[in-house]
Amino acid sequence: MIDAFHAAAALLILALGVYTTFARETFAATVGFLAYGLLLTVAWVQLRGVDVALTEAAIGGGLTAMLLLRASARLRPTEAAASAETPGATTRLLAAVAAVSVAGALALAVLALPVPAPTLAPEAAANIASTGVGNPITAVLLAYRAMDTLLEAIVLLFALIGVWSLAPDRMWGGRPGPRHNADPDGILAFIARVLPPIGIVVGIYVFWIGADHPGGKFQGATILAAMWLLTMMAGLADAPPISRTWLRVLLVLGPAVFIAIGVVGAFTAGAFLAWPDGWAKPMILVIEIALMPSLALTLGLLLAGAPERPAQP
Amino acid sequence: MSGATLFGLVAAALVGVGLYGLIVNPQPLRKILAFNVIGSGVFLLFGAVARRGAALGMGGDPVPQALLITGIVVAFSATALAVAVLLRLHDETGSATLSSDPPPAAAGSENRVA
Repeated sequence: MIDAFHAAAALLILALGVYTTFARETFAATVGFLAYGLLLTVAWVQLRGVDVALTEAAIGGGLTAMLLLRASARLRPTEAAASAETPGATTRLLAAVAAVSVAGALALAVLALPVPAPTLAPEAAANIASTGVGNPITAVLLAYRAMDTLLEAIVLLFALIGVWSLAPDRMWGGRPGPRHNADPDGILAFIARVLPPIGIVVGIYVFWIGADHPGGKFQGATILAAMWLLTMMAGLADAPPISRTWLRVLLVLGPAVFIAIGVVGAFTAGAFLAWPDGWAKPMILVIEIALMPSLALTLGLLLAGAPERPAQP
Repeated sequence: MSGATLFGLVAAALVGVGLYGLIVNPQPLRKILAFNVIGSGVFLLFGAVARRGAALGMGGDPVPQALLITGIVVAFSATALAVAVLLRLHDETGSATLSSDPPPAAAGSENRVA
Protein backbone atom coordinates (compact mmCIF):
# COMPACT_ATOMS: atom_id res chain seq x y z
CA MET A 1 0.00 0.00 0.00
CA ILE A 2 1.04 3.58 -0.57
CA ASP A 3 2.32 5.52 2.40
CA ALA A 4 2.92 9.25 2.51
CA PHE A 5 6.63 8.83 1.80
CA HIS A 6 6.00 6.93 -1.43
CA ALA A 7 3.44 9.49 -2.57
CA ALA A 8 5.71 12.43 -1.72
CA ALA A 9 8.66 10.92 -3.61
CA ALA A 10 6.47 10.14 -6.64
CA LEU A 11 5.01 13.67 -6.74
CA LEU A 12 8.42 15.34 -6.33
CA ILE A 13 9.94 13.19 -9.08
CA LEU A 14 7.13 14.09 -11.44
CA ALA A 15 7.38 17.79 -10.55
CA LEU A 16 11.15 17.84 -11.08
CA GLY A 17 10.80 15.94 -14.36
CA VAL A 18 8.38 18.63 -15.54
CA TYR A 19 10.68 21.39 -14.26
CA THR A 20 13.72 19.86 -16.02
CA THR A 21 11.80 19.80 -19.28
CA PHE A 22 10.16 23.23 -19.10
CA ALA A 23 12.56 25.44 -17.12
CA ARG A 24 13.48 28.57 -19.04
CA GLU A 25 17.23 28.44 -18.42
CA THR A 26 19.21 25.36 -19.41
CA PHE A 27 21.52 25.65 -16.42
CA ALA A 28 18.54 25.71 -14.05
CA ALA A 29 17.04 22.72 -15.89
CA THR A 30 20.29 20.79 -15.44
CA VAL A 31 20.37 21.55 -11.72
CA GLY A 32 16.77 20.30 -11.66
CA PHE A 33 17.96 17.13 -13.36
CA LEU A 34 20.60 16.62 -10.66
CA ALA A 35 17.94 16.80 -7.92
CA TYR A 36 15.68 14.60 -10.06
CA GLY A 37 18.41 11.91 -10.22
CA LEU A 38 18.84 11.98 -6.45
CA LEU A 39 15.08 11.65 -5.91
CA LEU A 40 14.98 8.74 -8.34
CA THR A 41 17.53 7.10 -6.05
CA VAL A 42 14.93 7.33 -3.25
CA ALA A 43 12.35 5.79 -5.58
CA TRP A 44 14.72 2.90 -6.33
CA VAL A 45 15.17 2.22 -2.63
CA GLN A 46 11.39 2.21 -2.22
CA LEU A 47 11.16 -0.24 -5.11
CA ARG A 48 13.70 -2.45 -3.24
CA GLY A 49 16.31 -2.08 -5.95
CA VAL A 50 19.23 -0.96 -3.77
CA ASP A 51 21.80 -1.97 -6.42
CA VAL A 52 19.91 0.11 -8.98
CA ALA A 53 19.68 2.98 -6.49
CA LEU A 54 23.47 2.98 -6.08
CA THR A 55 23.91 3.02 -9.86
CA GLU A 56 21.34 5.79 -10.29
CA ALA A 57 22.98 7.93 -7.59
CA ALA A 58 26.47 7.40 -9.00
CA ILE A 59 25.92 7.39 -12.76
CA GLY A 60 22.36 8.45 -13.61
CA GLY A 61 22.25 11.34 -11.17
CA GLY A 62 25.89 12.09 -10.45
CA LEU A 63 28.00 11.67 -13.58
CA THR A 64 25.27 12.48 -16.12
CA ALA A 65 24.22 15.64 -14.29
CA MET A 66 27.83 16.77 -13.95
CA LEU A 67 28.41 16.20 -17.67
CA LEU A 68 25.30 18.21 -18.57
CA LEU A 69 26.10 20.99 -16.07
CA ARG A 70 29.51 21.57 -17.65
CA ALA A 71 28.06 21.48 -21.15
CA SER A 72 25.28 23.93 -20.24
CA ALA A 73 27.82 26.36 -18.77
CA ARG A 74 29.82 26.24 -22.01
CA LEU A 75 26.78 26.57 -24.25
CA ARG A 76 25.14 29.38 -22.27
CA PRO A 77 26.00 32.11 -24.85
CA THR A 78 24.08 30.22 -27.55
CA GLU A 79 20.89 29.96 -25.54
CA ALA A 80 19.15 33.18 -26.60
CA ALA A 81 19.57 32.44 -30.33
CA ALA A 82 18.39 28.85 -29.93
CA SER A 83 15.21 29.66 -28.03
CA ALA A 84 14.11 31.83 -30.97
CA GLU A 85 13.68 28.57 -32.90
CA THR A 86 10.85 27.29 -30.72
CA PRO A 87 8.38 25.55 -33.06
CA GLY A 88 4.95 26.97 -33.76
CA ALA A 89 1.63 26.20 -32.07
CA THR A 90 0.72 23.37 -34.47
CA THR A 91 3.92 21.44 -33.77
CA ARG A 92 3.50 22.01 -30.05
CA LEU A 93 -0.09 20.77 -30.17
CA LEU A 94 0.86 17.66 -32.16
CA ALA A 95 3.76 17.00 -29.76
CA ALA A 96 1.37 17.30 -26.82
CA VAL A 97 -1.06 14.86 -28.47
CA ALA A 98 1.79 12.40 -29.13
CA ALA A 99 3.14 12.75 -25.57
CA VAL A 100 -0.28 12.30 -23.95
CA SER A 101 -1.08 9.25 -26.09
CA VAL A 102 2.25 7.57 -25.33
CA ALA A 103 1.95 8.31 -21.60
CA GLY A 104 -1.69 7.17 -21.62
CA ALA A 105 -0.88 3.91 -23.39
CA LEU A 106 1.95 3.21 -20.94
CA ALA A 107 -0.30 4.01 -17.96
CA LEU A 108 -2.95 1.59 -19.28
CA ALA A 109 -0.24 -1.05 -19.71
CA VAL A 110 0.89 -0.48 -16.10
CA LEU A 111 -2.68 -0.91 -14.82
CA ALA A 112 -3.15 -4.05 -16.96
CA LEU A 113 0.01 -5.86 -15.78
CA PRO A 114 -0.73 -9.56 -15.14
CA VAL A 115 -1.46 -10.87 -11.66
CA PRO A 116 0.44 -12.76 -10.31
CA ALA A 117 3.44 -11.01 -11.80
CA PRO A 118 5.85 -13.22 -13.77
CA THR A 119 9.23 -13.47 -12.07
CA LEU A 120 12.61 -15.07 -12.61
CA ALA A 121 13.51 -14.78 -8.93
CA PRO A 122 13.00 -18.53 -8.19
CA GLU A 123 15.31 -19.49 -11.08
CA ALA A 124 17.88 -16.95 -9.95
CA ALA A 125 17.70 -18.30 -6.40
CA ALA A 126 17.81 -21.95 -7.47
CA ASN A 127 21.15 -21.64 -9.25
CA ILE A 128 22.88 -19.03 -7.14
CA ALA A 129 24.86 -21.61 -5.15
CA SER A 130 26.74 -22.65 -8.30
CA THR A 131 27.98 -19.09 -8.90
CA GLY A 132 29.57 -18.67 -5.47
CA VAL A 133 28.24 -15.13 -5.05
CA GLY A 134 25.53 -14.15 -2.58
CA ASN A 135 24.01 -11.13 -4.32
CA PRO A 136 21.51 -12.37 -6.95
CA ILE A 137 22.02 -9.23 -9.05
CA THR A 138 25.76 -9.84 -9.24
CA ALA A 139 24.96 -13.44 -10.18
CA VAL A 140 22.78 -12.19 -13.04
CA LEU A 141 25.37 -9.65 -14.17
CA LEU A 142 28.37 -11.97 -14.16
CA ALA A 143 27.02 -15.50 -14.48
CA TYR A 144 23.52 -15.81 -15.96
CA ARG A 145 23.79 -12.85 -18.30
CA ALA A 146 27.53 -12.21 -18.43
CA MET A 147 27.23 -11.42 -22.15
CA ASP A 148 25.24 -8.27 -21.33
CA THR A 149 27.93 -7.08 -18.96
CA LEU A 150 30.69 -7.79 -21.47
CA LEU A 151 28.86 -5.85 -24.17
CA GLU A 152 28.18 -3.04 -21.71
CA ALA A 153 31.89 -2.69 -20.97
CA ILE A 154 32.57 -2.66 -24.70
CA VAL A 155 29.84 -0.05 -25.32
CA LEU A 156 31.53 2.20 -22.77
CA LEU A 157 34.84 1.76 -24.57
CA PHE A 158 33.25 2.48 -27.96
CA ALA A 159 31.60 5.61 -26.57
CA LEU A 160 35.03 6.78 -25.37
CA ILE A 161 36.54 6.10 -28.81
CA GLY A 162 33.63 8.06 -30.30
CA VAL A 163 34.25 11.00 -27.95
CA TRP A 164 37.98 10.98 -28.68
CA SER A 165 37.43 10.84 -32.41
CA LEU A 166 35.65 14.22 -32.13
CA ALA A 167 39.01 15.85 -31.43
CA PRO A 168 40.22 18.33 -34.06
CA ASP A 169 43.09 16.78 -36.05
CA ARG A 170 45.89 18.79 -34.49
CA MET A 171 44.68 17.91 -30.98
CA TRP A 172 44.67 14.17 -31.60
CA GLY A 173 46.59 12.40 -28.87
CA GLY A 174 46.33 15.44 -26.61
CA ARG A 175 44.84 16.03 -23.20
CA PRO A 176 41.04 16.05 -22.77
CA GLY A 177 39.16 19.14 -21.63
CA PRO A 178 40.45 22.47 -20.41
CA ARG A 179 43.13 22.64 -17.74
CA HIS A 180 41.53 23.54 -14.45
CA ASN A 181 43.18 26.17 -12.31
CA ALA A 182 41.72 26.40 -8.85
CA ASP A 183 43.03 28.45 -5.94
CA PRO A 184 45.66 26.14 -4.39
CA ASP A 185 44.64 27.32 -0.91
CA GLY A 186 40.93 27.27 -1.68
CA ILE A 187 38.25 24.96 -0.39
CA LEU A 188 38.13 22.93 -3.63
CA ALA A 189 41.83 22.09 -3.47
CA PHE A 190 41.44 21.29 0.23
CA ILE A 191 38.56 18.90 -0.38
CA ALA A 192 40.40 17.37 -3.35
CA ARG A 193 43.22 16.49 -0.93
CA VAL A 194 41.08 15.24 1.95
CA LEU A 195 38.29 13.37 0.18
CA PRO A 196 40.07 11.03 -2.29
CA PRO A 197 41.68 8.72 0.32
CA ILE A 198 38.24 8.20 1.87
CA GLY A 199 36.56 7.95 -1.52
CA ILE A 200 39.03 5.35 -2.78
CA VAL A 201 38.39 3.17 0.27
CA VAL A 202 34.61 3.57 -0.12
CA GLY A 203 34.84 2.82 -3.86
CA ILE A 204 36.83 -0.38 -3.32
CA TYR A 205 34.50 -1.38 -0.47
CA VAL A 206 31.41 -0.91 -2.66
CA PHE A 207 33.12 -2.98 -5.33
CA TRP A 208 34.13 -5.78 -2.95
CA ILE A 209 30.86 -5.98 -1.04
CA GLY A 210 28.99 -6.35 -4.35
CA ALA A 211 29.58 -10.10 -4.31
CA ASP A 212 27.17 -10.61 -1.43
CA HIS A 213 25.35 -7.32 -0.83
CA PRO A 214 24.19 -4.34 -2.90
CA GLY A 215 27.18 -2.79 -4.65
CA GLY A 216 29.44 -3.79 -7.49
CA LYS A 217 32.09 -2.76 -9.94
CA PHE A 218 30.13 -0.07 -11.81
CA GLN A 219 29.15 1.76 -8.65
CA GLY A 220 32.62 1.39 -7.16
CA ALA A 221 34.32 2.44 -10.40
CA THR A 222 32.11 5.54 -10.56
CA ILE A 223 33.20 6.58 -7.06
CA LEU A 224 36.86 6.13 -8.06
CA ALA A 225 36.25 8.12 -11.27
CA ALA A 226 34.59 10.88 -9.23
CA MET A 227 37.64 11.11 -6.96
CA TRP A 228 39.90 11.36 -10.01
CA LEU A 229 37.70 14.07 -11.55
CA LEU A 230 37.74 15.97 -8.26
CA THR A 231 41.54 16.14 -8.21
CA MET A 232 41.51 17.17 -11.89
CA MET A 233 39.02 19.97 -11.26
CA ALA A 234 41.01 21.25 -8.32
CA GLY A 235 44.04 21.46 -10.61
CA LEU A 236 46.02 18.95 -8.51
CA ALA A 237 46.22 16.42 -11.34
CA ASP A 238 45.93 16.76 -15.09
CA ALA A 239 44.11 14.49 -17.50
CA PRO A 240 46.63 12.22 -19.26
CA PRO A 241 47.19 12.67 -23.02
CA ILE A 242 45.08 10.05 -24.77
CA SER A 243 48.09 8.81 -26.76
CA ARG A 244 49.74 7.30 -23.64
CA THR A 245 50.30 3.56 -24.03
CA TRP A 246 49.67 2.73 -20.34
CA LEU A 247 46.33 4.49 -20.53
CA ARG A 248 45.21 2.58 -23.60
CA VAL A 249 46.40 -0.75 -22.14
CA LEU A 250 44.44 -0.14 -18.94
CA LEU A 251 41.32 0.87 -20.88
CA VAL A 252 41.34 -2.32 -22.94
CA LEU A 253 42.52 -4.61 -20.14
CA GLY A 254 39.11 -5.17 -18.50
CA PRO A 255 37.14 -6.16 -21.61
CA ALA A 256 40.14 -8.17 -22.93
CA VAL A 257 40.38 -10.23 -19.72
CA PHE A 258 36.60 -10.68 -19.79
CA ILE A 259 36.74 -12.04 -23.36
CA ALA A 260 39.78 -14.23 -22.59
CA ILE A 261 38.07 -15.84 -19.61
CA GLY A 262 34.94 -16.25 -21.69
CA VAL A 263 37.00 -18.16 -24.26
CA VAL A 264 38.46 -20.32 -21.47
CA GLY A 265 34.84 -21.12 -20.54
CA ALA A 266 34.18 -22.20 -24.12
CA PHE A 267 36.81 -24.95 -23.75
CA THR A 268 36.28 -25.97 -20.11
CA ALA A 269 32.53 -25.59 -19.68
CA GLY A 270 31.22 -25.95 -23.19
CA ALA A 271 30.03 -22.39 -23.91
CA PHE A 272 31.47 -18.89 -24.27
CA LEU A 273 31.25 -17.13 -20.88
CA ALA A 274 30.19 -20.35 -19.12
CA TRP A 275 31.99 -21.04 -15.85
CA PRO A 276 33.17 -24.58 -15.02
CA ASP A 277 31.85 -26.06 -11.74
CA GLY A 278 33.57 -24.70 -8.67
CA TRP A 279 35.50 -22.08 -10.67
CA ALA A 280 32.73 -19.51 -11.02
CA LYS A 281 33.70 -17.35 -8.04
CA PRO A 282 37.43 -17.05 -8.85
CA MET A 283 36.70 -16.33 -12.51
CA ILE A 284 34.12 -13.69 -11.62
CA LEU A 285 36.63 -12.12 -9.23
CA VAL A 286 39.39 -11.96 -11.86
CA ILE A 287 37.00 -10.32 -14.32
CA GLU A 288 35.76 -7.80 -11.79
CA ILE A 289 39.27 -6.88 -10.63
CA ALA A 290 40.40 -6.42 -14.25
CA LEU A 291 37.27 -4.43 -15.17
CA MET A 292 37.45 -2.06 -12.21
CA PRO A 293 40.37 0.18 -13.36
CA SER A 294 39.16 0.07 -16.98
CA LEU A 295 35.69 1.22 -15.95
CA ALA A 296 36.95 3.94 -13.61
CA LEU A 297 39.26 5.34 -16.32
CA THR A 298 36.61 5.07 -19.05
CA LEU A 299 33.95 6.82 -16.96
CA GLY A 300 36.37 9.58 -15.92
CA LEU A 301 37.61 10.16 -19.46
CA LEU A 302 34.07 10.13 -20.89
CA LEU A 303 33.35 13.03 -18.58
CA ALA A 304 36.61 14.80 -19.40
CA GLY A 305 35.56 14.84 -23.06
CA ALA A 306 37.40 15.14 -26.36
CA PRO A 307 41.08 16.19 -26.43
CA GLU A 308 41.34 19.99 -26.49
CA ARG A 309 45.01 20.61 -25.74
CA PRO A 310 48.15 19.23 -27.41
CA ALA A 311 50.05 16.59 -25.43
CA GLN A 312 53.07 18.89 -25.02
CA PRO A 313 51.98 22.38 -23.97
CA MET B 1 -2.91 0.60 -5.59
CA SER B 2 0.54 -0.56 -4.59
CA GLY B 3 3.75 1.45 -4.52
CA ALA B 4 4.94 -0.32 -7.68
CA THR B 5 1.79 0.74 -9.57
CA LEU B 6 2.18 4.32 -8.32
CA PHE B 7 5.77 4.54 -9.59
CA GLY B 8 4.72 2.81 -12.81
CA LEU B 9 2.14 5.55 -13.45
CA VAL B 10 4.69 8.28 -12.59
CA ALA B 11 7.09 6.59 -15.04
CA ALA B 12 4.44 6.68 -17.80
CA ALA B 13 3.90 10.41 -17.15
CA LEU B 14 7.67 11.05 -17.21
CA VAL B 15 7.98 9.38 -20.61
CA GLY B 16 5.21 11.68 -21.88
CA VAL B 17 6.79 14.82 -20.40
CA GLY B 18 10.19 13.92 -21.80
CA LEU B 19 8.78 13.14 -25.24
CA TYR B 20 7.08 16.55 -25.40
CA GLY B 21 10.34 18.28 -24.37
CA LEU B 22 12.33 16.26 -26.90
CA ILE B 23 10.09 17.41 -29.76
CA VAL B 24 9.35 20.99 -28.74
CA ASN B 25 12.57 22.33 -27.21
CA PRO B 26 14.88 23.59 -29.97
CA GLN B 27 18.14 23.48 -27.99
CA PRO B 28 20.13 20.28 -28.50
CA LEU B 29 21.24 20.17 -24.87
CA ARG B 30 17.62 20.38 -23.75
CA LYS B 31 16.80 17.54 -26.13
CA ILE B 32 19.55 15.46 -24.49
CA LEU B 33 18.08 16.33 -21.08
CA ALA B 34 14.57 15.42 -22.24
CA PHE B 35 15.92 12.19 -23.68
CA ASN B 36 17.35 11.37 -20.27
CA VAL B 37 13.97 12.10 -18.67
CA ILE B 38 12.35 9.64 -21.11
CA GLY B 39 15.10 7.13 -20.33
CA SER B 40 14.62 7.41 -16.58
CA GLY B 41 10.88 7.00 -17.10
CA VAL B 42 11.49 3.77 -19.01
CA PHE B 43 13.87 2.58 -16.29
CA LEU B 44 11.38 3.43 -13.55
CA LEU B 45 8.63 1.55 -15.39
CA PHE B 46 10.88 -1.48 -15.69
CA GLY B 47 11.79 -1.08 -12.00
CA ALA B 48 8.09 -1.16 -11.09
CA VAL B 49 7.75 -4.40 -13.09
CA ALA B 50 10.81 -5.79 -11.26
CA ARG B 51 9.29 -4.86 -7.89
CA ARG B 52 6.10 -6.76 -8.72
CA GLY B 53 8.23 -9.86 -9.32
CA ALA B 54 9.38 -9.95 -5.68
CA ALA B 55 9.66 -13.51 -4.42
CA LEU B 56 11.62 -15.72 -2.04
CA GLY B 57 12.68 -12.86 0.20
CA MET B 58 14.12 -10.85 -2.70
CA GLY B 59 12.68 -7.34 -2.88
CA GLY B 60 12.33 -7.57 -6.65
CA ASP B 61 13.06 -9.77 -9.63
CA PRO B 62 16.88 -9.65 -9.88
CA VAL B 63 17.02 -10.14 -13.66
CA PRO B 64 15.31 -6.86 -14.63
CA GLN B 65 17.21 -5.09 -11.86
CA ALA B 66 20.52 -6.25 -13.31
CA LEU B 67 19.39 -5.20 -16.80
CA LEU B 68 18.51 -1.78 -15.34
CA ILE B 69 22.06 -1.32 -14.06
CA THR B 70 23.35 -2.13 -17.54
CA GLY B 71 20.79 0.24 -19.05
CA ILE B 72 21.73 3.18 -16.82
CA VAL B 73 25.42 2.78 -17.68
CA VAL B 74 24.72 2.54 -21.43
CA ALA B 75 22.43 5.61 -21.24
CA PHE B 76 25.28 7.53 -19.60
CA SER B 77 27.73 6.57 -22.35
CA ALA B 78 25.23 7.62 -25.04
CA THR B 79 24.70 10.95 -23.25
CA ALA B 80 28.46 11.53 -23.00
CA LEU B 81 28.86 10.89 -26.73
CA ALA B 82 25.91 13.19 -27.58
CA VAL B 83 27.32 15.99 -25.42
CA ALA B 84 30.76 15.60 -27.04
CA VAL B 85 29.21 15.87 -30.52
CA LEU B 86 27.30 18.97 -29.41
CA LEU B 87 30.39 20.65 -27.94
CA ARG B 88 32.34 19.96 -31.13
CA LEU B 89 29.51 21.47 -33.17
CA HIS B 90 29.68 24.52 -30.92
CA ASP B 91 33.46 24.79 -31.28
CA GLU B 92 33.25 24.52 -35.07
CA THR B 93 30.33 26.84 -35.80
CA GLY B 94 30.12 29.04 -32.71
CA SER B 95 26.48 28.10 -32.29
CA ALA B 96 24.53 25.12 -31.06
CA THR B 97 21.55 24.79 -33.32
CA LEU B 98 19.99 21.94 -35.25
CA SER B 99 18.38 24.37 -37.71
CA SER B 100 19.45 23.87 -41.32
CA ASP B 101 19.70 27.64 -41.86
CA PRO B 102 22.92 28.91 -40.29
CA PRO B 103 22.26 31.76 -37.85
CA PRO B 104 23.71 35.11 -39.01
CA ALA B 105 26.12 35.28 -36.05
CA ALA B 106 27.94 32.13 -37.17
CA ALA B 107 28.31 33.09 -40.83
CA GLY B 108 31.83 34.52 -40.45
CA SER B 109 33.19 31.65 -38.38
CA GLU B 110 32.39 28.76 -40.70
CA ASN B 111 36.01 28.05 -41.59
CA ARG B 112 37.31 28.61 -38.12
CA VAL B 113 39.48 25.77 -36.84
CA ALA B 114 38.47 24.97 -33.29
